[in-house]
Amino acid sequence: MDILRLATAGSVDDGKSTLIGRLLYDTKSVFTDQIESVERASRDRGDDYVNLALLTDGLRAEREQGITIDVAYRYFATPRRKFIVADTPGHIQYTRNMVTGASTADLALILVDARKGLLEQSRRHAFLSTLLHVPHLMLCVNKMDLVGYSEDVFETIRAEFTEFAAKLDIGDLTVVPVSALLGDNIVTRSTAMPWYEGPSLLHHLENVHVASDRNLIDVRFPVQYVIRPQSDQYRDYRGYAGQVAGGVLRAGDEVMVLPSGFTSTIRSIETADGEVEEAFASMSVTIRLTDEIDISRGDMICRVNNAPSVSQDIDAMVCWMDDAPLRPGQKFAIKHTTRTSRAMVKDLQYRLDVNSLHRDLGAEYLGLNDIGRVRLRTTQPLLCDEYKRNRYTGGFVLIDEATNRTVGAGMVNEAR
Amino acid sequence: MTRRYQLTQLEALESEAVHIFREVAAEFERPVLLFSGGKDSIVMLRLAQKAFHPARIPFPVLHVDTGHNFPEVLAFRDRRAAELDLQLLVASVPDALNRGFVQAPPDGTRNRIQTPVLLEALDKHQFTAVFGGARRDEDKARAKERIFSFRDEFGQWDPKNQRPELWNLYNSRVHLGESIRVFPLSNWTELDIWHYIAQERLELPSIYYAHERTVFERNGMLFAVNEFCVPRPSEPTFTATVRYRTVGDASLTAAVRSDADTVEKVVAEVAGTRITERGATRGDDKFSEAAMEDRKREGYF
Ligand SMILES: Nc1nc2c(ncn2[C@@H]2O[C@H](COP(=O)(O)OP(=O)(O)O)[C@@H](O)[C@H]2O)c(=O)[nH]1
Ligand SMILES: [Mg+2]
Repeated sequence: MDILRLATAGSVDDGKSTLIGRLLYDTKSVFTDQIESVERASRDRGDDYVNLALLTDGLRAEREQGITIDVAYRYFATPRRKFIVADTPGHIQYTRNMVTGASTADLALILVDARKGLLEQSRRHAFLSTLLHVPHLMLCVNKMDLVGYSEDVFETIRAEFTEFAAKLDIGDLTVVPVSALLGDNIVTRSTAMPWYEGPSLLHHLENVHVASDRNLIDVRFPVQYVIRPQSDQYRDYRGYAGQVAGGVLRAGDEVMVLPSGFTSTIRSIETADGEVEEAFASMSVTIRLTDEIDISRGDMICRVNNAPSVSQDIDAMVCWMDDAPLRPGQKFAIKHTTRTSRAMVKDLQYRLDVNSLHRDLGAEYLGLNDIGRVRLRTTQPLLCDEYKRNRYTGGFVLIDEATNRTVGAGMVNEAR
Repeated sequence: MTRRYQLTQLEALESEAVHIFREVAAEFERPVLLFSGGKDSIVMLRLAQKAFHPARIPFPVLHVDTGHNFPEVLAFRDRRAAELDLQLLVASVPDALNRGFVQAPPDGTRNRIQTPVLLEALDKHQFTAVFGGARRDEDKARAKERIFSFRDEFGQWDPKNQRPELWNLYNSRVHLGESIRVFPLSNWTELDIWHYIAQERLELPSIYYAHERTVFERNGMLFAVNEFCVPRPSEPTFTATVRYRTVGDASLTAAVRSDADTVEKVVAEVAGTRITERGATRGDDKFSEAAMEDRKREGYF
């Protein structure tokens, strides 16, 4: 059994939390005491029906205001898969929390209220999901019960989204009409929409193929921690611990270490449970080399003929997440793979209007929740790939050195 | 072919946790791991072992001792720490009560007064990163918390103002006095924990398995009769076959009826259970809808 990570996306009140509640409920993943507590809370609030959104809206302020403020993580499993669900907020002011949930997602569920069609936030979230390179998108046209389960309404929204999506870099898109409240097309196919011939939402989640989404081609091993036991038994032991960010490594492979450029051979790949023959993307392992070379945290092991860019000049898309705006000339700490450095904003090339995808070349700053393209100069070279090719060697965060807040999420376009 | 390059769910969870342990060890000068002798902290300790193997775990462990303990668990705690050659620190609530540092609330419970005792210990030893075994499936406030949970100088969690946390990049920067609570088991469920205990053949305190005990019923839950938990005249005692799903404060943690006396039987039981771990066994979280959120805001785990 493998894991599928999914995140919700879409505008406020389009039914994201209700959908997750419904999914949990219909897969019998909700425990009786949780149901009782949600029933009690629904009654206290004077709702006419059990408000399934309360299964994920767990904070006091969320329940009081009836909105989602931060990501809630929920878990369920079917015989086929374990699911990690990030239910994200729709309000623009909480976009950074949506981005948090989407950054690790294999699949984004983008909800649209059938009565309202695509709103600015639906477009924003669809765009953000593609910017973050969530490999699979599923557009859920929700509240079909409120439009008489009309095929026309569904087709109009599907056409509108498809037109918008043509401008985006979408890997895989599926569209499904649902009623989160009543459960149509969530776990089983709805009888109210015989015109819809596709799978139910859960059926798609169980079957979507995610194994090939990870980069298994470019060997990338950011050294995280050097293991040097202070014991007689392991006197000369020196292991480079980390999580494989890309590719497949095998004992005997000839490798190169960046930024030094020294080459060596993998002597063994170890875990606490013994040696393994190979290590692939997302495995945490310890690598030992045949040569004694100076390697420390922040270095990267790769192949001689397939190396990442080594550069101090980074061209990247940035999603800005702080109240204080980003402006050219500012300096930040930058955290990329296991390497922390400092970066100066050389230039803001444009701000993107997420609705029209228009580029404002005259923009002087990026405000909270803005997305733009910047050029950075870093104090140390970053060992990076284009984000589209590898999320884990192409993504970085910017941290304000005075407040220590995480202020920006960056995705490398190009390093030169 | 691609199937070959696919981690199972336990492998993926283990790999994520190991990465988190290494990240903290690399970025913080003084981490500490909260170890109670309970099942989640036992799993956490195993993951820490794996993260640094063949070296020793490079930080001490801390137990916040409420004084309301199950003896089997305390004995286990000491034995495990000794086996792994770990420095075991104990922050004692009874001691803090004696010193007048905290006052016992009228109902005698110690859940809330644990927090200042924990914070005092963190401050005394200057710990800036603290590993906790909390899981997001335990409670709706926990479901909202980041893996690296920033706490201000009072240890407080501000749920409306959490740091964004993208990919596997964790912001470990804090000012003096502030700290990070780190939750490597965030994405594990109770069932994952038991599958892992079975896979790793981890030894647990015996009270996690079915045994006979003298109990009484209160608020629909079964409590063991012991020095901290005395039945009222209206609460008859009887013998039942029970086990514990969680091990917390012995005055507040209830047992569940169970015949599961092996790890395989517990896995089967947990897979079929219809009540959450805390719902079944914790007297402390039922009182209010937001009990956990409130305690976290005050600096609790
Ligand atoms: N009629 C109907 N109402 C729905 C449906 N899905 C959600 N709602 C309602 O829409 C409102 C907003 O839902 P919520 O899940 O909180 O939206 P979120 O902001 O996207 O998380 C709530 O009152 C829900 O009961 C649906 O399929 N049909
Ligand atoms: Mg919501």
